[in-house]
Amino acid sequence: MTDPREEDKHVAPSRMWRLFSRSEVLIVPRTSIAGRALVVVVAIMTFLAALTTGAVMLVRAAASDWQSDVSREITIQVRPIEGRDIEADVARAVEIARAFPGIAEVQPYSKVESTRLIEPWLGTGLALDDLPVPRLIIVRVASGAAPNLPKLRQLLSDQVAGAGLDDHRAWMDRMRTMVHTAVIGGVAILVLMLTATVLSVVFATRGAMATNRPTVEVLHFVGAKDGFIARQFQRHFLVLGLEGGAIGGGAAMALFALAGLLRDWVLGAGASDQFTILFGNFSIGVEGYIAIVIQIVLIAAVAGATSRHTVNRTLNTIE
Amino acid sequence: MVRFENVGLRYGLGPEVLRDLSFQIEPHSFQFLTGPSGAGKTSLLRLLFLSLKPTRGLVTMFDQEVSTLSKDALALLRRRIGIVFQDFRLLDHMNTYENVSLPCRVMGMDEASYRSEVMELLDWVGLGDRIWALPPVLSGGEKQRAAIARAVIARPQLLLADEPTGNVDPTLAQRLLRLFAELNKSGTSVVIATHDIALMDEYDARRLVLHDGRLHTYE
Repeated sequence: MTDPREEDKHVAPSRMWRLFSRSEVLIVPRTSIAGRALVVVVAIMTFLAALTTGAVMLVRAAASDWQSDVSREITIQVRPIEGRDIEADVARAVEIARAFPGIAEVQPYSKVESTRLIEPWLGTGLALDDLPVPRLIIVRVASGAAPNLPKLRQLLSDQVAGAGLDDHRAWMDRMRTMVHTAVIGGVAILVLMLTATVLSVVFATRGAMATNRPTVEVLHFVGAKDGFIARQFQRHFLVLGLEGGAIGGGAAMALFALAGLLRDWVLGAGASDQFTILFGNFSIGVEGYIAIVIQIVLIAAVAGATSRHTVNRTLNTIE
Repeated sequence: MVRFENVGLRYGLGPEVLRDLSFQIEPHSFQFLTGPSGAGKTSLLRLLFLSLKPTRGLVTMFDQEVSTLSKDALALLRRRIGIVFQDFRLLDHMNTYENVSLPCRVMGMDEASYRSEVMELLDWVGLGDRIWALPPVLSGGEKQRAAIARAVIARPQLLLADEPTGNVDPTLAQRLLRLFAELNKSGTSVVIATHDIALMDEYDARRLVLHDGRLHTYE
């Protein structure tokens, strides 16, 4: 049998390089940390967090588009009043609106068009003259203009009996409330996921510290400060957090990119149009992807900071 | 260098395992710490190594009263003390060189500044050809010498050794004792905790004898 010492002597020169290349060997070995399970947990959490963020951003973007469309459009309603010629009132209202600064287009609905509007509720073959149905005038605001709507409202009510102006403010208020609720819900979900991630890292760090207790003790004996010991664990959890975050966040980014690409193919042209009306082009945009990347970095940082805090707390209980 | 005044130690609500210890360890001194099993040798070593705090009395090390020091200050103080454990406590994933140089890494030293010193020390303790070996493949004597090298690499002013000859044959025990004597000659105060009367007879040094938690000194 070969003497191990002799064997070592033979390989010594080739291992000299290895010795010094290993000089920065990790004091806490990576294999001593149950990292795989944590990477999976962090990946799932980041994936769900990124989906939540993306969904909230989609809702915000869609709501913003709706609000933008609606706020560029106002409606004048002319109610029929007995003894008055509604066509003359509509014409007068149109005239006032067209002359008002900041208005790009005024489009009165004809009798036929008004009939079509209420057909879904009242059926076909309706004689509009028999009913006191108000007439609508769609007014589009010029791009970039901010017309004085209270003044227009005042002009209309002064000069056209039965005319009113609806700038859809109540609807937009409800829309804003809905969007705020969605954002708050999204943030709450993110906080819950972050909390779950923090707790996972706490348990993983405690496990790693228990496994590495002999190493921690030796570090203490050779005069390591708590900060030095904590850094040995922190670097592992930072890397694990980055790995998990990159996997989860990357999967979410791929999903959003794929969903945007396959939307037409999966939904078909008709459904795709409806989808676009509801959710825009289903793209979270560059901002969305940046937000997900920030989440990945944030989760890695939280994992690192949590492990450091847990190590410090555990070290405080050792002595 | 080290001064204990009326020091007592108890674990939890149990009886005092060390009672009224008053002694000093002078610079450049050499002493054995002995006594029957359960007399409190390891507890006293842990007090000396600042990994335990006394329940009463005053411990002064390197002119600092240790009960008033912060954790970081205690860590800095520990760097002036080297310790050799009976069970070596080498890190299995690090080779001999990395284990021995660990104190230097902890102190934040650049590797280039301590590499030659570590190599020289490993040669001195007879491990020059085992620098790349991991602890699981080292013999008991080699582990012991690696542990001693780790304890002295940072040039401690005080070296504590807990049963350093407990796991080795008499020849190696004598060799290790010569090693400690050499370190003492180079200026390090040495405290060796041992049961080995034959070993103590080999070297004329002060004996600190623990019995029933009390310390008796024989110059």
